[in-house]
Amino acid sequence: MSSERKRKAAHIRHLLDTEGPLIGPKVSSKNRDRYDAAERFESWDSARDEARAIKEAAIADLPDLIERLRESVEENGGTVYVADDAADANRYVTELCAEQGAETLVKSKSMTTEELDLNDALAAAGVDTYETDLGEFVIQLADETPSHIVGPALHKSREQIADLLNDVFEPDEPLETAEEMTRFARDYLGERIREADVGVTGANFVFAESGSMALVTNEGNARKCAVTPDTHVAVTGIEKILPSVDDFGPFVDLISKAATGQDISRYVSLFTPPTASPTLDFESDEPIEFGDSTAASGATARTDDPNPDREFHLVLVDNGRTEMREDDQLRETLYCIRCGACSNSCANFQAVGGHGFGGETYSGGIATGWEAGVHGMDSAAEFNDLCTGCSRCVDACPVKIDIPWINTVVRDRLNRDADPDTFDHLVSGLTPDEEPSGLALDKRLFGNFERLAKLGSATAPVSNWLADAGPVRAGMERFAGVDRRRDLPKFQRETLVDWFDGRGPRVASDDAEREAVLYPDAYTNYVLVDRGKAAVRALEALDVRVHVPRVRSSGRAPLSQGMISTAEDHAHHVYAGLAEHIDAGRDVVVVEPSALAMFEREYGRLLTPKSADRLADASYEVMEYVYGLLENGGSPDALGSPPEAVAYHSHCQGRTLDLEPYTVAVLEACGATVRTSDVECCGMAGSFGYKETYYELSMDVGEELADQFADEPVVAASGTSCQEQLDAMLGGEVPHAVELIAP
Amino acid sequence: MTVTDDFLDALADLGVSHDQTTLDDLPATLADAVDDPAVGVPLHVDAALPESVATTFTPSELQDAATGVTPARLGIAEYGSVLIRSSAGGDEPVSLYPERHVAVLAAEDVVATGRDAVDWLADEVAAGRGSHVLATGASATADMGGLVEGVHGPNEVHVVLVEEVSDE
Repeated sequence: MSSERKRKAAHIRHLLDTEGPLIGPKVSSKNRDRYDAAERFESWDSARDEARAIKEAAIADLPDLIERLRESVEENGGTVYVADDAADANRYVTELCAEQGAETLVKSKSMTTEELDLNDALAAAGVDTYETDLGEFVIQLADETPSHIVGPALHKSREQIADLLNDVFEPDEPLETAEEMTRFARDYLGERIREADVGVTGANFVFAESGSMALVTNEGNARKCAVTPDTHVAVTGIEKILPSVDDFGPFVDLISKAATGQDISRYVSLFTPPTASPTLDFESDEPIEFGDSTAASGATARTDDPNPDREFHLVLVDNGRTEMREDDQLRETLYCIRCGACSNSCANFQAVGGHGFGGETYSGGIATGWEAGVHGMDSAAEFNDLCTGCSRCVDACPVKIDIPWINTVVRDRLNRDADPDTFDHLVSGLTPDEEPSGLALDKRLFGNFERLAKLGSATAPVSNWLADAGPVRAGMERFAGVDRRRDLPKFQRETLVDWFDGRGPRVASDDAEREAVLYPDAYTNYVLVDRGKAAVRALEALDVRVHVPRVRSSGRAPLSQGMISTAEDHAHHVYAGLAEHIDAGRDVVVVEPSALAMFEREYGRLLTPKSADRLADASYEVMEYVYGLLENGGSPDALGSPPEAVAYHSHCQGRTLDLEPYTVAVLEACGATVRTSDVECCGMAGSFGYKETYYELSMDVGEELADQFADEPVVAASGTSCQEQLDAMLGGEVPHAVELIAP
Repeated sequence: MTVTDDFLDALADLGVSHDQTTLDDLPATLADAVDDPAVGVPLHVDAALPESVATTFTPSELQDAATGVTPARLGIAEYGSVLIRSSAGGDEPVSLYPERHVAVLAAEDVVATGRDAVDWLADEVAAGRGSHVLATGASATADMGGLVEGVHGPNEVHVVLVEEVSDE
């Protein structure tokens, strides 16, 4: 177990040193371009809703769509084959090549054929296969796997690619610049395309009603592979089918913006193969035989009669997708349009790339769903923990897939499949959870943080001294994987709830503008008690009568560890503890953004919809609430004066919930000038940064944020983990924003 | 701003050059716009290709041509895209193989948005004309460590916008 952690840590360290520095800047830049492209495009959000609805309906209707597609393609003169699994698909393609006597085959980039390992099958069948997408060509020459769904060779530098090409091809003049290499590859691959017997492409979308398919590329190689050889084979997953070309609109608008930040890719092709386009025999000296280029619209179904020399095969790959469709939790994965936005927006992906944050084929946030579905849980297990649930990919996804939830579900299933652990007894008193025996000790420890905090607080300061003691840290590292380089939380003897019980509310009911429940999440209650006290004072200064009831923690901690049953148990208790307050017309004010994110997002999956909606509707983040009070006549003069200049890092989930503007507005209303960070994540994301396996990655991600704020005199943050990470990186205490405005 | 202005702005952003001309002047404009040797597909508007543009050629002549001239059936103002139909006449390879692609587009065929183009495409597909490409600027790649134009497709695109094609 410990050796497994060490192996993973070593692998991550290796990638942090090698591929991360190459892939990171490229995906970050695509990520920034995505924000800009979305900003320029007014209908971004409505197109996402539309795309989501179309995919939901199409996956629901999939068996019918497959049959309609088969009829359409056959009517057009093509062939459809539905392959059950990789072996079945590969057998079909290799047999087809054998029937045609094909010696060489050219391919356009396709993740689905990567999933099948089609190239290996073709090689075994004696067919020479050439990847024509330049990134994929590089990967093929290097005998590596793609490190990104959209940019397979993003982990390689120009110099590395030049060395590779010079080694393999030994050109008279060594290749050096991107232009030289591109020109060389174009000429070399152009020749391969002209002489190839078969062209293989993927398909971004397939349309059942007409048998058409869409291909989105920048290079133009997909077009060449599809129309140059006489035989075109398109290999694609069954999930790519949409009812008709009418449904294409939102996807044309979204896919390139999400993928690369381009308004639209250079080539968006809509093919209805076999096409009318003339075949090109480059060995012939005869002029090309053209047909009528201006075929008028006619009475028949098809006026572009297919060129008689063309052959088209559509291979629809199931390979686990039908089971994913029947799985209520994994189904959403099938809505994925493979744009890679979840990779680009992911701070951990930016640091290690897809060879760390990926499985056998797919990489990035959505890869957990794909790998679990098509390659099985073992492949997903390799990288699943790299999703910290920060939720930045949720806004990035053009079809609004709840990617963190898929990761959590897979984590939960992995927990349940785990072998019983020898050390379970070590934490037996700390783990009153609903989870199976065998759950990894570190997960069990962090998942039961509330119990740990309660105990730590009751025995503070002794517990803090003890926890800091060398032998204890060594043991925690050895048995539970808690990295000894990370400062542990300092539990407070007096909890927020106890403090408030002793003090009582300071605004009388009759004088109160509103009544609010300050939700005491575990950190605010046991560790960062000062931010809770500050929140109480700020609310009271604006005439809010405050209550601080004894309520359980939100369940974020167990959820992060994939302990869904335990999280659900928390959710029921929290709802029960708050429901009467809501009935009494009180607002729920939350200090910790990740707790609010639980109420607003995950509780929708853990509680009955009515309860979840009721709690979500009543809940506000503390600075959002203060903003509302100021907007409704509250005076900032009642609050304290923040420092003149504040550097503020908003919590990742807080940004996904659009909370950042409220904090900025309140600080500004109180007279501060505010500078915000523009990194996706602080790198800590709760327990992640404590774990021995991920400590270095966490610090690597955090460095970008620390660099941005290195010279700032006052740095504030909203989330516990961000505060802890910034404390560690910058030294000194990083307050919550509410501590800056509390009187 | 008219739709045409938006379209021309989008072309400029993409680095795509253009001419604006009339049906009568089209052959002369095209003669100036092509680099030799040039190949082409007969136009969809009522004008002939200049003599310098071959409409009968072998595959290797296609491969060696400096310019390919094709009709463009639609333009999208929002993106600066031209829509090329993949027909029996060879629009697809002629727009793809030569280094310079000259697209002839009637000004009245410029639509505002990608959505308009998809609506138009859906009608075409329903009418049996099912293969098209929305081409936006030159072919490009960043896979070799820097943005390079002209990969498998053309590295130069030039749009000839023809005014007042129909009398309607």
